[in-house]
Amino acid sequence: MAGNLPANFMPTSADMLRFLPETILTVAGTLMMVLDPLFARRLPRMFGHISIVAFLLAIMAAISANSVPGLAFSNLIGIDGFGTFFRVLLLVIGILSVLASYRYLEREKADTGEYHALLVFSIVGQCVMVTANDLIMIFIGLEISSIATYVLAGYLRDDKRNNESALKYFLLGSFATGFFLYGVAIAYGISGSTKLDEIRIALANPETSTMMVGVATALMFVGLAFKVSAAPFQMWAPDVYQGAPAPVSAFMATGPKAAAFAIFLRIFLTAFQSNSDSWEPLIWICALLSMTIGNFAALTQTNLKRMLAYSSIAHAGYILVAIAARSEIGTAAAMFYLAAYSLMNIGAFAVIIHMCGKGETNLRIEDLAGLAKRQPVTAAMLTVFLLSLIGVPLTGGFFGKFYIFQAALQSHLVWLTVLGLLNSAVAAYYYLRLMVMMYMHEPGEVSNNLEPLTPSLRAALILPAIGTFVLGVVPGVILTFAQSGAALVK
Amino acid sequence: MNLLDLVIALPAAGFVLALLLPRSQPQLSRLVTLAFSLVTFAVSLGLVTGFQSGMAGQQFVTNFIWIQSPEIHYHVGIDGLSLWLIILATFLTPIAILLSWNYIKDRQKEFFALLLLLEFGLVGVFASWDLFLFYVFWEVVLVPMYLLIGIWGHDRRIYAAVKFFLYTMVGSVLMLAAIIFLYTQAGTFDYAVILEQFSSGRISLTHTQETLLFLAFFLAFAIKVPLFPLHTWLPDAHVEAPSAGSLMLASVMLKMGTYGLVRFCLPMFPTAARENAGWIVTLAIIGIVYGALVAMVQPNMKKLVAYSSVSHLGFVVLGIFSFTQMGLDGAVYQMLNHGISTGALFLLVGFLYERRHSLEIADYGGVATVAPWLSILFLVTTLASIGLPTLNNFVGEFLVLQGTAQAHLSWTVFASLGVILSACYMLWMYQRVFFGETSEEVRHHVPDLNMREWACIVPLVVMMIWMGMYSQTFLPAVSETNAKILEQTRANAPLRVAAPSTSAGGQFHGR
Repeated sequence: MAGNLPANFMPTSADMLRFLPETILTVAGTLMMVLDPLFARRLPRMFGHISIVAFLLAIMAAISANSVPGLAFSNLIGIDGFGTFFRVLLLVIGILSVLASYRYLEREKADTGEYHALLVFSIVGQCVMVTANDLIMIFIGLEISSIATYVLAGYLRDDKRNNESALKYFLLGSFATGFFLYGVAIAYGISGSTKLDEIRIALANPETSTMMVGVATALMFVGLAFKVSAAPFQMWAPDVYQGAPAPVSAFMATGPKAAAFAIFLRIFLTAFQSNSDSWEPLIWICALLSMTIGNFAALTQTNLKRMLAYSSIAHAGYILVAIAARSEIGTAAAMFYLAAYSLMNIGAFAVIIHMCGKGETNLRIEDLAGLAKRQPVTAAMLTVFLLSLIGVPLTGGFFGKFYIFQAALQSHLVWLTVLGLLNSAVAAYYYLRLMVMMYMHEPGEVSNNLEPLTPSLRAALILPAIGTFVLGVVPGVILTFAQSGAALVK
Repeated sequence: MNLLDLVIALPAAGFVLALLLPRSQPQLSRLVTLAFSLVTFAVSLGLVTGFQSGMAGQQFVTNFIWIQSPEIHYHVGIDGLSLWLIILATFLTPIAILLSWNYIKDRQKEFFALLLLLEFGLVGVFASWDLFLFYVFWEVVLVPMYLLIGIWGHDRRIYAAVKFFLYTMVGSVLMLAAIIFLYTQAGTFDYAVILEQFSSGRISLTHTQETLLFLAFFLAFAIKVPLFPLHTWLPDAHVEAPSAGSLMLASVMLKMGTYGLVRFCLPMFPTAARENAGWIVTLAIIGIVYGALVAMVQPNMKKLVAYSSVSHLGFVVLGIFSFTQMGLDGAVYQMLNHGISTGALFLLVGFLYERRHSLEIADYGGVATVAPWLSILFLVTTLASIGLPTLNNFVGEFLVLQGTAQAHLSWTVFASLGVILSACYMLWMYQRVFFGETSEEVRHHVPDLNMREWACIVPLVVMMIWMGMYSQTFLPAVSETNAKILEQTRANAPLRVAAPSTSAGGQFHGR
């Protein structure tokens, strides 16, 4: 295939349509960089509006691109239901992150132009990741996304926690990317290609050295496990989430994670599908470790952001269970769960953004005390997200978990299922603590002096709450989409 | 949409409506929730009149696909077993609302709305014929009860609420695993279809699988019942909960566990149920005696009633695992009886608490002099709880003991101890609270019943007498369903397992 370029190297109009969402976002991002010096002081909110419009346009573009599925740009990217699902999910995450950021940036008097441009670029990278059909493309997307996120993590550059967070994220993230790139190099060495489908054919060949295949798999696995913060590669997550600005933590816990899981699924279920028997135990162990470490560590946390960081490690474990199932239904379960997880997590972070105050001083769990008396709507919304994180029926979190463990049992992962479900009972304890604080304690200083909910934050709470209920009560719509998308990943 | 759907939908609609009402008018939310609960009860009476006895299987069925893949049905229906439990839930909810009428001062709107949410979950649990749907309702019940205990409870409410939630959660996640496993075998969550597949032999489980599945379901139900030694959450939850919470918890929620045993554990896993009956019955008997003995030394009235529940529900489990028609009938009847009489006890204890703001027995004495009507009704309830003939508990306990005697006489002997002990602790408490010296505090703070309280307690007392004097109103429907369930436990057994005749299992065959 190498050197055998298609006759018509010029991209067709269908190719352009397939890449339209990324194009829109890139244009919008660049535009914001240009406008930043002109309007940053006068119209600080404008950049948020621009990015929301860009995300909405990109969602429409992504949906229309789905009507012309297929490969584009010399097979570098491929549009299918799977990619479209994640594209739309990432764009929705983008909108919610922007909504959650308005008030925070105002409060911190931070520059808005660069912030939103970086956020948009980060999502461009993630969209490239989820639609890529080529390891180099995946790597480029990963880098675009990561570099933008490193900067975002240290966005308030006078804050030393931000700096710590950004540096840690950068160093460990670079390591992870390095591992991943080694894996790509070895896979190329074995197969002579970086295209996922061609690697798959080469690996399925019985003459291929199994040791080298194993090394390539292991290296990529380490890189991706870092990115999704799965144990034992999770150490960076609590520090980074705690240090970064709260809206950035919300974004980091969802967007990059969803994209990383998307390529995780795609690479391991297509390119490395033939040696899945050898990597399945690896994922099994990682899944169990992530769930257990995440949940038990979260039990003792006193800082809200840190607690959510550990909880996100545990949730990565649940999604790994779905990957360990190695089935179409497992893939669909992982996709559905990522959607539910993103909504409830951004929602929970939005409450933190609302109450943390200038300089993020109010992050202790006790600071939630009596919230239900002072701001019943905020408390009710956080309750919805917490119930969903626990996995109580009629919420998206429950159905996602149910679907994951159903996939696991169909693949005969009985012990993983039992241990995973018991884990979710452990998790109930620390989520309940927040509810206890909000509802069963008298209002403390923080909730007495809480600012009223701004319209943007209200939207960042209510939209995910509605989404959480929709996913829990009528999951059919999203589920069908996820299933048809999952059917294409093989 | 038939009557049953309406009974499920009305409380949910009331819950949403009550939450939308303005916070400034708490009286309005009280009235709205009361109206909804009364209408729900009225509609649910339609289930009784429309119920056709002699017809095997479920009635008032609604069945449509809720989620396409995996195929999950909204499948509800009732039979003789669930009919009366649903009525129990709809009957007690208005009483719980009336009971809390003046007692709840803080966040009234939410409190009354949550009671309706609780009713929604309870009715749904008893009406579900789809395992997934059942699990959904099962968990839905948890949330309002957790909040009721945690927000409006007494001093140690947070500890009690969290303990309650976690205990139930641990049990139910294993049940969820079992439900999903059954789905992978049967390809459906529809309980009727699963049972059909069991009896036609299309699903076959190995002996280990059946035992493990049985235990997963059993653990979830046993925690809810609660069976000794899993009962420790119950006294905490009861003591700390507000009176309405204790009432609903004891009267209806505990029945979710015993209902699950009869509905799911026996028909689906008959061999495992029979094999494990030995130790389960032992635990039930320990629970009967232990609960009674601990109740005797309680200084706190609510705790006493809570431990008496452990004892009473031991009888129910005993009856279920006797595998006799009488034992099973008695068990189901005892579920209803316990709902009525323990409900009334919590109600009356709640009245006392509203007056004197104490649950300690030692703080009372001589109440009979100042509040004669309260004392008389308390006495009737006490006697009902002890199992005096002509009152309701007698019928249930008698049937259970007779059924157990058919299976295994020695069990009956031990279990009867519980009946004797219940007379000891109940009468002793009655004596200490209502007779003796009337202290100044009691004299000034304990007026007799008011109209609202009369409205709460009279229906319950009427039911105690009715159920004690004329059980024919209730039992035929229950017996029919039980006969069918018992038939299923026999029919399935030899088909699937080349019955290794164990000592515990063998004794029941042919009875």
